[in-house]
Amino acid sequence: MTARRRADRRAGLAFVAPAAVALAALALYPSLWVLWLSLQRRVPIFGIAHFVGLDHYAFLATDPRFWNAVRVTLVFTGASVALELALGLAVALALQRQRAGRRLALSLLLLAWALPAVVTARLFEWLYHPAAGLVNLLLGQPLNWLGDPGLALPGLIAADVWRTMPFVALLCYARLLTIPAEVWEAARVDGAGPLATLRFVTLPLLRSILLVALLFRTLDALRAFDLMFVLTGGGPAGTTETLTVYAYRSLFQTLQLGFGAAIGVVIFALVMAVAAGYLRVLRREGLAA
Amino acid sequence: MRRRLRAGDVAVLLVLAAWATPYFWQLRTSFTPDVELLAVRSVLPDAPTLIHYQAVLERSVMPEALGNSLAVASLTTLVALALGLPAAYGIARLPVPGKGLLLLGIIACTAFPQIATVSPLYLLLRALGLRDTWTALVLANTSFALPLLIWLLAGFIREIPVELEEAAFLDGAGRLRVLGLVVLPLIAPGVASAALLTFLAAWNEFLFAYTFTATEASRTVPVALALFPGVFEIPWGDIAAASILASLLPVLIVIGLQRWLVRGLVAGALKE
Repeated sequence: MTARRRADRRAGLAFVAPAAVALAALALYPSLWVLWLSLQRRVPIFGIAHFVGLDHYAFLATDPRFWNAVRVTLVFTGASVALELALGLAVALALQRQRAGRRLALSLLLLAWALPAVVTARLFEWLYHPAAGLVNLLLGQPLNWLGDPGLALPGLIAADVWRTMPFVALLCYARLLTIPAEVWEAARVDGAGPLATLRFVTLPLLRSILLVALLFRTLDALRAFDLMFVLTGGGPAGTTETLTVYAYRSLFQTLQLGFGAAIGVVIFALVMAVAAGYLRVLRREGLAA
Repeated sequence: MRRRLRAGDVAVLLVLAAWATPYFWQLRTSFTPDVELLAVRSVLPDAPTLIHYQAVLERSVMPEALGNSLAVASLTTLVALALGLPAAYGIARLPVPGKGLLLLGIIACTAFPQIATVSPLYLLLRALGLRDTWTALVLANTSFALPLLIWLLAGFIREIPVELEEAAFLDGAGRLRVLGLVVLPLIAPGVASAALLTFLAAWNEFLFAYTFTATEASRTVPVALALFPGVFEIPWGDIAAASILASLLPVLIVIGLQRWLVRGLVAGALKE
């Protein structure tokens, strides 16, 4: 038996090692390297590379463009995730009542989720066209959605909600399918109306999956880049410039690798803090090991 | 068994069709001649045309980009499966030293923001002389595809009873044979859905592809679409046609392989 166990340990190492090495080289190493990079002033085209300590972080602390990006990122994340969860839950509850045409319904639902974010950006760019866009045609108003500083962020949020609501809806729907029909039957027998059923039966049952969806979606919204980079490029006047867009522009457009890395590290810290916070909540609820 | 559609079912379908309108509108635009684009009169174009598709296929880099995307997404899926399947089996079934730390690392990897790792990866790939190659994109995509794949596959493997493997051991089979001949056939549906999710994520990936590519030698579909040229004015019809081509494969997967896709999507979240 011990020989078998020793063989198993060897096999386990051999099975896990290639993936562990790949992840160490392609994910772990870069994530440590970016910390080191953020402590340097590094402009490759001029051959500049020297250690500056925490200078970039000190600069960020008083950089109005950085704090604007923080605000945009938080507003974008908060609004998108809240709308996605509310709409996704509503769609899941509607799908649950669906008797026929479920496959078609899921196809229509998942269409928006499956498209590359760049395609979504191109779709909405045309929908928001001031003269010929469908949105203005339906509203009967010549609004400049992507050019007006007051409308660009709501327009961006709408595009993000469009592409990610289906994910939340699918998760909730899948959870609803695992709840036995007797539960609803019992609620009906007890005389609970639709609202009371939702409040005291459905929502408590969906609590865990909603928390999981909240975690996934918050992390993705904080890290989002493709959609705003292509749809608005951070404009107009920086009203849609998230931390990711600011980081990218610093890294690869003004080529300040060290400074851009520092913004990347801030995003990293933000994401990890959110993930750790959720894990604590999930653990307290007894939902995660 | 086919059920008849009730009024409520139709209402849900209509709402979801309305939600999909942006895509259908782009489909319409891709078949609409330029003169009609700025003066919409009805739901369908008066004189439908293939001129935009012709322009995209004959005078843009989209055909090359589609080839690059197909290659990069397929290779990413294969590499991630080759590395991820044994790793998932090891984690689910074998006494690997330091397993807890490894699991934590894998979960942390799924949360890493690409914008933080993109600059070191850029320096790394440049130093290896891999800029503007498929290899660079496959390696970079593996960094986010692999952790998710291991997580999903380990979950599927834990679901099958160990007794089935024990029988094979008694017959003298090694771990690798057990994985290939006993476990793999049993989790084949799970592998299919995890592979589909990986393929879609690699097909849709933009940040790495935009940063590590320079020419049509390796530019993928999202990059080509983001950089779609307009000389004097924006060619909305051509962009619409290019968008439809860029999303053709994801849309076919959602419609044709929905059952497999949904399985993987849900498995990652429902498992606690």
